[in-house]
Amino acid sequence: MSWVSKTLSSTLGQKVLMALTGLFLILFLVVHLAGNLQLLFPDGGESFNKYAANMANNPLIRVVSIGNFAFILIHVIYSIILTKRNKQSRPVAYAVSKSSTNSAWASRNMGILGTIILIFLLVHLKGFYYEVKFGSVPMASYDGEEYKDVFAIVANAYSNILYVAFYVVSMGFLAFHLSHGFASAFQTLGLNHVKYSPLIRKVGLGFSILIPALFALIPLVMFFQNQ
Amino acid sequence: MNLTLKIWRQKNSADKGALKEYKISNISEDMSFLEMLDVLNEELSEKGEDPVHFDHDCREGICGMCSLYIDGKPHGPQQTTTCQLHMRSFKDGDVITIEPWRAKSFPVLKDLVVDRSSFDRIIQAGGYVSVNTGGVPDANEIPISKSIADLAMDAAQCIGCGACVAACKNASAMLFTSAKISQLALLPQGQVERKVRAEKMVAQMDAEGFGACTNTGACEAECPKGISITNIARMNREYFSAIASSDNV
Repeated sequence: MSWVSKTLSSTLGQKVLMALTGLFLILFLVVHLAGNLQLLFPDGGESFNKYAANMANNPLIRVVSIGNFAFILIHVIYSIILTKRNKQSRPVAYAVSKSSTNSAWASRNMGILGTIILIFLLVHLKGFYYEVKFGSVPMASYDGEEYKDVFAIVANAYSNILYVAFYVVSMGFLAFHLSHGFASAFQTLGLNHVKYSPLIRKVGLGFSILIPALFALIPLVMFFQNQ
Repeated sequence: MNLTLKIWRQKNSADKGALKEYKISNISEDMSFLEMLDVLNEELSEKGEDPVHFDHDCREGICGMCSLYIDGKPHGPQQTTTCQLHMRSFKDGDVITIEPWRAKSFPVLKDLVVDRSSFDRIIQAGGYVSVNTGGVPDANEIPISKSIADLAMDAAQCIGCGACVAACKNASAMLFTSAKISQLALLPQGQVERKVRAEKMVAQMDAEGFGACTNTGACEAECPKGISITNIARMNREYFSAIASSDNV
C-alpha cells in the first residue's frame, strides 16, 4: 500500500476527508444563500433569473459545481465507512448509558442528522436542479433577452405549505448538524488553540443558527407573498 | 444503606452473559465502591457462589487497573476512578447497574474484567524513547519552557484505564493514544522518534479495531485524570505532519 492509500484508509485520514469536504460545503452554503436571497428582491425575479442564467453558463462555476457534487459524495461515502467501523467497535451495547451527561445530542447523532439532510438534498435537487436543467421551464424576457424563469418554478413550489414546511424543518436539522460540524472540523484538522478555539466555537454556533434561519426565511416569505 | 445491584455476569469470553440482580444491605456511605463489591463477594463466597470478578490494584486512583461502567457512566457518577468513588455518591434504595467496558478491542474475560492489552500494544508500537537520554538531568539543563513541560505532564497523567474508550459512542481510543503521543512529542527527548511514533501508534490503534473520533468530547468529560481533547488535535497534527514529511513511503 502506498502512503497515500494507507493514510486514506486510516481513521485519521478519513476524518480529515470528512472535515475538509464539510468545510467546503459550509463555504458552499454561504455562496448558495447569497444567491438565493435575491429571490426576495422586489423585482419579480429579474435579478434572480439573471443570476441563475449566469451560474448555469459560467464555465468556472460549472467546474466548482462538479467539485461540489464530488465533495458531497465523498462526505457521504466516508461517513458511511466511518459509521460502519464505529458501530463494529462496540458490538455489545450498554444496558444503561447516560451519554447525555457528557456530550451534546447533535455530536452523537451526526449520522442521523446527515441522513435527513441527504434526503432533503435529493428532494431539493429533484425539485429545482433537475427541473431547471432538464424539465420544461417557462421563459421570461428582460430588455429583449430571454431567460429561464427559475423564479416562477421556485415561487410555484413555495406556494405549497407542505413543501415550505419540509424546507423549514430540514433547515432545523441542518442547524443541528452544523452546530457540531463547524467546530468539529477544525478540531479534526488539529486546529485547536487556547486563543482561537473559543472563537471558532462561537462563530460555529452563530453560523449554525444564522445560515439555516436565512435559508428557511426564503420559502416562508415567498409563501406569504403568494397569499 | 440498602442497595439493589444489577451486575453483568459472564463465565468467560465465549459465554453470552447477562445482568444478574443482587440485594445488599448495611452498606456504609464511607465505603469505597470496590469495598462495597468486596462485601458482596464475601457474602457470595459464604453462600458458595462464584464471586463477581472485577479489576483493581492500588485502590489509590493512580494505577489505572479499576474500571466498571456504573449506572451509565465509566467509573460512575463522579469524575474519578472507581476505587476513589465512595458510597456517599449513592443513596439508600438505589438500583445500580454495573457493566464492563464495552468495546470490541476490550473483550470481556469474565464478569466485569476486560482484556485491555490492546492499549499495551499501542504503547509497544511507539510509546517509548529508545535513544539514550542519560541520567537524571540537573534543573534547567534541558531547554524546555515550563508551560510545555506542564502540557507534557498533563498528558502523562493518563493511567490507561480505558474510561475514554468506554465513554465514547464509537469506542475510540484516540484520547488515550493522543495522550501517549503528546507526552513524548512535547519533550526534547521525544523528538528523535517523533514522526515514526505518531505513524506507528495511530496504525496500531486502527489495527486494534477501535472506532474513529467524532469529537463528542465524552472522553474528556469522563476521564478520571482530566486528559484534554486538545491532545487529540495534537495527535492529528503530529500524524499529518509525519505522513507528509516522513521517509516511510
